[in-house]
Amino acid sequence: MRRVDAIHLAGYAASLALTLAAFGIAKFGWLDGTIALVAIGLAGLVQAAIHLRAFLHLDFKGSQREDLQLLLFAAVLIAIMVGGSLWIMFDLGHRMM
Amino acid sequence: MTDTTTDSQGVRPHAGIPLEHPDAETAHATERAVFGFWIFLMSDLVVFALLLATYAVLLKGNSSAPGPAEVIELAYAFPETLLLLTSTLTLTFATVALREDRARGVYGWTFLSLALGAGFLALEGAEFAGLINKGHVPQVNGFLSGYWLAIGTHGLHVAIGVVWGLILIAQFWIYGFCPAIRSRLVRFSLYWHMLDVVWIAIFTVIYLPGSLVS
Repeated sequence: MRRVDAIHLAGYAASLALTLAAFGIAKFGWLDGTIALVAIGLAGLVQAAIHLRAFLHLDFKGSQREDLQLLLFAAVLIAIMVGGSLWIMFDLGHRMM
Repeated sequence: MTDTTTDSQGVRPHAGIPLEHPDAETAHATERAVFGFWIFLMSDLVVFALLLATYAVLLKGNSSAPGPAEVIELAYAFPETLLLLTSTLTLTFATVALREDRARGVYGWTFLSLALGAGFLALEGAEFAGLINKGHVPQVNGFLSGYWLAIGTHGLHVAIGVVWGLILIAQFWIYGFCPAIRSRLVRFSLYWHMLDVVWIAIFTVIYLPGSLVS
């Protein structure tokens, strides 16, 4: 099997397994409360990382420096804007109680 | 971007499916276009991240019924997820076929991916129609506003993707496998895969925690 197909099939299989695990936790109550939320969140993060590697072919060894800088810039933007919005709005909500 | 990216071997690729290029000039043009497209994808990702943050804020501040427990049904979300995940794999096969110059593979896999995307849209349309029938429209409360906005924006992207893919197939049909259109399929596949990553974020943040509450 060609290498390029092997990584796609492996990525698809891993992605499918994580999807089934996450939906199973939500549907059948395999875990409960905060642990279930954390498990679902982690499964989502790992699955997104698998997609970036297997399907979007993000690979910093073979790619250019600009790709890394662009991704880091986007990640910092998202962290500041999403984290900042949630922090401020939840704090505001808490104070309104 | 500076021209330090070119070395004696030709052009170093940006992230994405690498194609074989007939000459260094074509390779350079393709790689520049792919990098520009990555900039668009990242800005689109920021939009979706903020829509999900908006959803979280509105959910927390939601005071009136219905909440996630009455609205969210995994019976739609689960098959939608399977369709989108599979379409990502089949579109990858299309880009691999393009790289190996197998025309039938390019047409077949691209068309199958678009059909799976259309199936996703049909399910999402059925889900939204059901919500409207029950009166769960966006203006009812904060939770429903955030829900419709985030999921609707993603659905709109998928719909645009399906139209874009059909136009690409027509361009391959009319103009043949010339370098300009080959590089368009590479960018289209990046767009499609990124929408799948966004969908992973959507079911992780909206559907699954929402159904846990019930």
